[in-house]
Amino acid sequence: MEAWISAVLSGILLGLAYGLAAIGLNLIWGVMNVINLSHGAFIALGMFASYFIFKFAGISPFISVFLVLAVGVVLGMIAYFLALHRVILAPELSTLLATYSLSLIIIGLGTFFFTTNPRAIDVGLGSVKVFGAYIPKEKILVGIYSLIFTLLLYLFLYKTWTGKAIRAVSMNITAAKFMGVNTTFILSLAFGIGIALAMVAGALIASVFPFTILTGGVYELKSFVICVLGGLGSPLGALVGGLIMGLLENVLTLKIQVGYVPFLEFLILVIILLVKPTGIMGKE
Amino acid sequence: MKRLVAFLVGVSFLMLGLTTSFAKDKIVIGFTMSQTGKLNAESAEQYRGLLLWQKWVNSQGGIYVKALKKKLPVKFVYYDDESSKDRVQQLYVRLISKDKADFLISPYSSGLTASAAVIAEQYGKIMMATGAASDSIFNKGYMHVFQIYTPASRYLTGALDLLKAVDPKAKKVAIVYEQSNFAKAVATAAKKYAEKHGFKVVLFESYAKGTTDFTSFLNKIAAKRPDAIIGGGHFADGETFARQIFEQRIKVKLVSLLVAPAVPKFAEIGKAALYVTAPSQWEPKAKYTEASAKKLGISWYGPTASWFVKTYEKEYKEAPGYHAAGGFIAGLVLQKAIEDAGCLDAEKVRKALEKMDIMTFYGRIKFETGKYYGRQIGHDMVYLQWQEKGGKLVKEVVWPEHAASARLVYPYYKKY
Repeated sequence: MEAWISAVLSGILLGLAYGLAAIGLNLIWGVMNVINLSHGAFIALGMFASYFIFKFAGISPFISVFLVLAVGVVLGMIAYFLALHRVILAPELSTLLATYSLSLIIIGLGTFFFTTNPRAIDVGLGSVKVFGAYIPKEKILVGIYSLIFTLLLYLFLYKTWTGKAIRAVSMNITAAKFMGVNTTFILSLAFGIGIALAMVAGALIASVFPFTILTGGVYELKSFVICVLGGLGSPLGALVGGLIMGLLENVLTLKIQVGYVPFLEFLILVIILLVKPTGIMGKE
Repeated sequence: MKRLVAFLVGVSFLMLGLTTSFAKDKIVIGFTMSQTGKLNAESAEQYRGLLLWQKWVNSQGGIYVKALKKKLPVKFVYYDDESSKDRVQQLYVRLISKDKADFLISPYSSGLTASAAVIAEQYGKIMMATGAASDSIFNKGYMHVFQIYTPASRYLTGALDLLKAVDPKAKKVAIVYEQSNFAKAVATAAKKYAEKHGFKVVLFESYAKGTTDFTSFLNKIAAKRPDAIIGGGHFADGETFARQIFEQRIKVKLVSLLVAPAVPKFAEIGKAALYVTAPSQWEPKAKYTEASAKKLGISWYGPTASWFVKTYEKEYKEAPGYHAAGGFIAGLVLQKAIEDAGCLDAEKVRKALEKMDIMTFYGRIKFETGKYYGRQIGHDMVYLQWQEKGGKLVKEVVWPEHAASARLVYPYYKKY
């Protein structure tokens, strides 16, 4: 029984973090029609940012995550102007290659400076007993933080002028321009927020699992599956997709071999693409 | 004509000179080491152990060869194999044909040793295989390769013996291992051994390389309530696994993992490291002595462990690990075999190795002569456990009993 409780709770908590990572990818895709292949690299950067702040300043990842968020927005905006701005209206392949090269640069530099040695942040908060199952406190905090960040994003997109401008740009960039929206700024901001969310998700995950500079790739792949599962362009869908993914990974494995899970995940991906290509929460 | 005769006479004198220089004045031992490439760290340590043996034996004048009625000093010839299998084969051919090596020592790692073994066998040269735990090197019919390490097939079986000795009622075992050749070989052999000895393997599953989340396995383990968890793979995954076992408060009596807990860095996970056990080829604290040799009715050979540890620390300013001990022992065993054979003839030395059954500071040495010719059957893994001494985490040897430096703290979940 405890095993089931632990599996479900772990699934939900990690699912929320996966969801948060996927939202970053989803936002960029939804607003700017860019498939961000540097997503995983930025997740890894978030992990390392959190790690170095913890190591050298002794600040817990759960505090420094706000700093990571701010740095992420700025870094994302810089990356937008460096790599994307000139090709943003070009066919999708150009932006795909632009973000891919960005990823190669980050991973390459990261491998050189950080090596591929595994690192871990040991916050050491201990575990708490929930219905007889022990859950590490870090995992619970990761779940709560992911939920809060998703909520904040939602409020930002739906309740602020800038957020509404982002949504306007995603619906029709020309019309938004006519309404006096500075589309260049909005596009860069959207990319910045997307990157920041990836880095925040990375920073949070790093407090639970060890990582290397290459770890981002694993979560990037998960993010893609989650986006398709939940529906491209829908933040809520990404969260739902993340939860499904987290639960699949944790609950299903109680009964089947762990090695089969990726197979099932991608099988579901193919089925969704065949039956409802817009995803569970996506609009037609 | 005169000139020609003079020339021939000159040549024949030269050749005479050459043959006299062939009269043995030293024993040449050839090997490669990985001065560069991914195996550098372990290989360098193995080399330092080997070098210490050379110093030790040469300080006594060398190895006594009965047929020549004198001691011959040992000379090393070695090259950098760049951690590459292809280089190994070229270089061992060179060691044999150009450098005239009398005996060979393997490179570090099972992969490179398997490569070198082909050459040693082709040229009929004795090779001491150290730093190589694979069993598969020894089922190819080679007659000249002798293993120093305990093979992979017996890596974790001692954990089961340990469990049986300390708690005969503990029967349920979970085996979780990394998808790598080495870990798989170890886990499969452990499973076979467990089933043969009345254990019940309640979980036998592998995880992908680079896995960081073991929650799924741990939930499964929690549901099946095994007495022991054994397995693992390399450092990063083993450390994470141990950490998550602790975080999820899995109520298990014995945890024994490959590689990771044997590395001093393992202590960085703090309390999660406590009471975790691991197999190791050798530990500085392992207590193999003349007395333990006597108990087994075999003879003792070579220096004591405390001499080795002290001299090594003085020489290299660091504590020796099992790679270093493996290097030293490879030389020592060869020395013993040459002394027993009384000559440098490969076939006679081979016969001496076949008959060998000795105790050293590294443990017992005896070779298989059947299907897996040359495989190590005398040496046992020692099991270390992380224990708390004065608020600090220390490695203690807890198994086998005659080598133990401390008693096993049991069960593992005592610390919760």
